[in-house]
Amino acid sequence: MTDKQREHLKNRIAVVFAWIVACIFFFPIFWMVLTSFKTEAQAIAIPPQLFFEPTLENYTEIQSRTNYSKFAINSVITAFGGTLLALLIAIPSAYAMAFNTGRWTKDILMWMLSTKMLPAVGVLMPIYFLAQKTGLYDTKGLLVIIYALMNLPIVMLILFNYFREIPKEILEASRMDGTSTYNEIRQIVMPLAWGGIASTALLSIILCWNEAFWSIVLTTTDATTLTSFVASFQAPEGLFWAKVSAVSTLACAPIVVFGWLAQKQLVQGLTFGAVK
Amino acid sequence: MNPTLVRWLQAPSIIVLFLWMIVPLSMTVYFSTIRYNLLYPERTGFIGLQNYEFFWTDPSFFPALLNTLVLVGSILVITVVVGLAVSLLIDRPFKGRGIVRVMLISPFFIMPTVSALIWKNMLMDPNNGLFAFFANVIGATPVEWLQDMPLASIIVMVSWQWTPFAILIFMTSLQSQDQEQKEAATLDGAGFWSQFYNLTLPHLARPISIVILIQLIFHLAIFAEIFVTTSGGPGVQSTNLTYLIYIQSQQAFDVGVASAGGVFAIILANIVAIFLIRAVGKTLTV
Repeated sequence: MTDKQREHLKNRIAVVFAWIVACIFFFPIFWMVLTSFKTEAQAIAIPPQLFFEPTLENYTEIQSRTNYSKFAINSVITAFGGTLLALLIAIPSAYAMAFNTGRWTKDILMWMLSTKMLPAVGVLMPIYFLAQKTGLYDTKGLLVIIYALMNLPIVMLILFNYFREIPKEILEASRMDGTSTYNEIRQIVMPLAWGGIASTALLSIILCWNEAFWSIVLTTTDATTLTSFVASFQAPEGLFWAKVSAVSTLACAPIVVFGWLAQKQLVQGLTFGAVK
Repeated sequence: MNPTLVRWLQAPSIIVLFLWMIVPLSMTVYFSTIRYNLLYPERTGFIGLQNYEFFWTDPSFFPALLNTLVLVGSILVITVVVGLAVSLLIDRPFKGRGIVRVMLISPFFIMPTVSALIWKNMLMDPNNGLFAFFANVIGATPVEWLQDMPLASIIVMVSWQWTPFAILIFMTSLQSQDQEQKEAATLDGAGFWSQFYNLTLPHLARPISIVILIQLIFHLAIFAEIFVTTSGGPGVQSTNLTYLIYIQSQQAFDVGVASAGGVFAIILANIVAIFLIRAVGKTLTV
């Protein structure tokens, strides 16, 4: 065998391995989706059923017998609301910092990041009491506020990095023409940074959507999101594997697709811009 | 822009984050020094460090601290080692690479509560789960995963979700590695391991440290997986600090002790955070 052939063979083996590993990692998700199309009896059958007549019964039942739609809407409202609020606060700030960098800019950004590292459980009691006192406990508004604050540091940092990539000359030229700051942001910065803002939003939505701690602790019925709704199936009494799988599939599908779309931006966002 | 406007634009984010940090934090510190149990509202007053003492001498504290360290340590080793191996494996052009990538990173986007339920029910259930089925096929006794090795089960679940994170980061930074350098090394007869130690590992040093630090922040606070699967049990075998504090506040209603635990968790997280912030600060060009 020549060196080239050997190299080729090695590559072949690596690729086969790669597929095997990928299948192992993906298997639990595949199995969840598969189970969601089984009847409850098939779901717990031994031996496990790989081939069966698929049914949509679970999907129709969770719509009619649980408040699935309500929780899904709650998830959408809190994830998008939290993201929107974070962007509204962050865009002007990140813009001002990126184009008027001062002595303290870096320190401010690093301090913001440090607030992200405050463990939620460390402030559990105060947030709980504040929520009770203000009457915000178990409301979507509360989750929107918390999600916005939770993600604000990351959103700030990514937006800051994006804004810095906009050439300063363009802004200077427009200022010469006497464009107001508001128009400058709206007509020049926003169109240029649009991609960056969209992917930042995507990352924030993913993080909000999958957030579990606060939604479990701070909601009971009205503002329950999909994460805490799924958590409520932990009770051992019922073996509703097929229905749980259907709920889970619906709850995860949009976010997994979002994740696939935003891979690159995710790397930047998740590493706070340290890996690009 | 005039300086006043710059300040006005920056103010909202700084003010809200400052409040978000300082208000709950000072309340936690305050609660941690007073007698405050929701079941005994008549007992009040400043008690200094007694809550801390109570938290530290709680027989569950030491196991919980140990569990936290074991959880974090094992998950870090698994995710980084497997993440490195897998990202090197797919760092070559081949047909279907896009699909392999997508399959590999998908677990990271699954909700933690969903992931916990998939593993708990469909895979690890001792009667109807897939693992039990395979154990029976090869003639072994099915393991009662969540009963007999609760901590290991949680490590497996969390690693399944976070190895994709490591893969994602390593994969991305491998793409920026100097390919010519690698080819030159190959021509010079450098083998895989020598290339790995001398070229790839130094190139990945930063991403690896970032992956470790970010995971530390998240894994010190593992909650949903425990909440959904073992509820910290049996006994306190899978209780970590986060879960212990949660129990103190939500089941024992002892706000004072829970707050003392909270302060402890904050200090622990901050020790990690200092390193992470330094690492990130180096890359931020201002």
